[in-house]
Amino acid sequence: MDNYLQINDLYKKYNTQVVLNKVNINIPQNKIFGLLGPNGAGKTSLIRTITQIIAPDSGTIHIKGALLSEKHNRLIGYLPEERGLYKKMKVGEQLLYLAQLKGLSKRDARVNIDNWSGRLGIDTWYEKRIEELSKGMQQKVQFIASVVHNPELLILDEPFSGFDPINTLQLKEEILKLKSNGTTIIFSTHRMDTVEELCDNIALINKGNILLEGNQYEIKSRYKSLTYKAVLSSKLQKPNYDFEIVSEIVNPQNMYEYEIKLKQGNSNDIIAYLISQSELISFNEKIPSMDEIFVQTVNN
Amino acid sequence: MNKILLIAQREFLVRIRKKSFIIMTILGPFLFGFAMIVPVWMSTKGSEKTTIQVLDKSGLDISNKLIQNTEFDFVITDGDLLYIKEVFAQSPNEGLLYIPKIDLDNPDGITYYSKSNIDIETQQKINRIVKTELQNKKLELSGIGKEFLENIWTKMNIQTISIDAGEEQKSFAEANAIAGLTSAVLIYFFIFLYGTLVLRGVIDEKSNRIVEVIITSVRPFQLMMGKILGIATMALIQFLIWMTLTFAISGFINSRFQMNRFSSDNIDQTLAKLKPGDINNALEMNKTLVAIESINFPLMLTAFLFYFFIGYLLYAALFAAIGAAVDGESDSQQFMLPVTIPLIISFVFAQTIINDPDSSLAIWLSIIPLTSPVTMMVRIPFGVPWWQLLISMSLLFAAFIVCTWISAKIYRVGILMYGKKPSYYEIWKWIKYS
Repeated sequence: MDNYLQINDLYKKYNTQVVLNKVNINIPQNKIFGLLGPNGAGKTSLIRTITQIIAPDSGTIHIKGALLSEKHNRLIGYLPEERGLYKKMKVGEQLLYLAQLKGLSKRDARVNIDNWSGRLGIDTWYEKRIEELSKGMQQKVQFIASVVHNPELLILDEPFSGFDPINTLQLKEEILKLKSNGTTIIFSTHRMDTVEELCDNIALINKGNILLEGNQYEIKSRYKSLTYKAVLSSKLQKPNYDFEIVSEIVNPQNMYEYEIKLKQGNSNDIIAYLISQSELISFNEKIPSMDEIFVQTVNN
Repeated sequence: MNKILLIAQREFLVRIRKKSFIIMTILGPFLFGFAMIVPVWMSTKGSEKTTIQVLDKSGLDISNKLIQNTEFDFVITDGDLLYIKEVFAQSPNEGLLYIPKIDLDNPDGITYYSKSNIDIETQQKINRIVKTELQNKKLELSGIGKEFLENIWTKMNIQTISIDAGEEQKSFAEANAIAGLTSAVLIYFFIFLYGTLVLRGVIDEKSNRIVEVIITSVRPFQLMMGKILGIATMALIQFLIWMTLTFAISGFINSRFQMNRFSSDNIDQTLAKLKPGDINNALEMNKTLVAIESINFPLMLTAFLFYFFIGYLLYAALFAAIGAAVDGESDSQQFMLPVTIPLIISFVFAQTIINDPDSSLAIWLSIIPLTSPVTMMVRIPFGVPWWQLLISMSLLFAAFIVCTWISAKIYRVGILMYGKKPSYYEIWKWIKYS
């Protein structure tokens, strides 16, 4: 798999505080890469070095194999966490201005703006000033501003904050569409649910250090604890020493819910045992959520 | 470069479309003209003379002298004071001047009754008129004739001629002072006005966070220069419109009042047609016109544009750096003061410099970059050696380059700093960042 972005030994210090401590990350082409971490972990600093807003003290960033430089700005789209637009400017003018700053000709910019506005249903707002729009509408304008120049690399910092569920869904679809059209996406957030849904790869960052990096499913399987969830119609009576009952709950339907940890053998052994004891309603492997992995790793 | 132009273009277009810009641009010259004309008009407005009754009990025949006065309409009355006061109260007359029997050496008890509160100017006028008449009376009584005295009063004005490059030029200190002061005031005012626009614009972009999006597309330096140049273009356009309107208005006044009559070419014919009382006024007008003509307008205008433009660029860069360093406008005061002190100093010394435009204070202030825009404009009408002008201009230009470079560094770091007001030490560290 080709890496679109390669970050090597990136180091940045503000006064005495190290915000990026020898960070190494590979961001594969045409994937959604989740950058996770608690507030103040160094996510924004990392993003700002990629967008060349700040320069690292040492380390390198390569984009498509070439050392990152000013000419690459054209390839990058950025939706910062702190949203901001010129409040007195009209929507159409503002998008045109931001697109031209990215290097688009006036005509190309107009075509792209019309296209995106149509998709997000804001094409009737061109003549409105930003300050007349609701917060959600402003977010849509800002999103378009970040993609209007068809970037190869799109960096989204907490893109869903401030969106209602309908708009969130719409935005998710657009992000997935962008991915299917070949865009590489960096997605920074501390909301794990969206990460699980969207991201192929993730990196977990805390206090300037990368704690975890890789494919989401690989990471999850790394954190699997051979624990299974089973729902039975009656209580288990006879113990089995091949596995450990971690928990037992009676649910509102009067069913018995168990968490069972395998000590030896495989899941078929558990199923065989459960069937022999009671009626098996459901059986799943317990896969750790990103939330759990996040908390566990950060605490370690 | 292209991006600087784009940014400048946006700044320019957004600003000229504002209602406040349109209103100020059109109303500016009228307000300015209004401020100049109204006081003159008020002081010359003499068509309605105030009628004052005079009750003269002095026995010195002062009232008969008073009625020859042209500033007021004095009307003689006679009778008992109490009775006259009653009559006066019923009459449309505005004042009653009562002169009791007085001792000329110690004239006490002269009273002025008025129906409304009397303004200071009228009070002083009446005081002066009565005093003059009393003095004349004293002279008359002492045997010195008025004609004799008038012969002693000598009226004269020294005509000054400055010899510049072998060419004799009439110089008009007053006209020079007015021209110098006016352009100094304008430069001071413009630098502050447009510089503050830059400051506000930067603070605005920083506080609404759009700056983070923009500097992923352009370098902070480009953003800063674009903003400064955009506002400069707006300022120049506004200035040109003001100039055009001002010329149009003064052209209208010239033709409406046939000011040509008073030019040196036509003054003799004009004088021939005038009544004796108006001759002095006409000569005065001619003097003013000649004085105005004596000012070297092309030099003034060129210098004005240079000092205004480069001075603005210099201060705007500093203001932009301040805007980037602070979080809100209220925080900016602390940093504004040291930057604006030179400008204020040059303005405060303007009067001193007019009194002695070639003093070493004047020369130094007109060469040091932060004070030179205002001070040099004060000096230019009085004549400045070309080498001083050259040094001053080059230094100003060099300072503009250096300040822009330093400001860009502060700007680049400051624009992304939120939440705390930096100290001078921190700003110094920002400048040293590579």
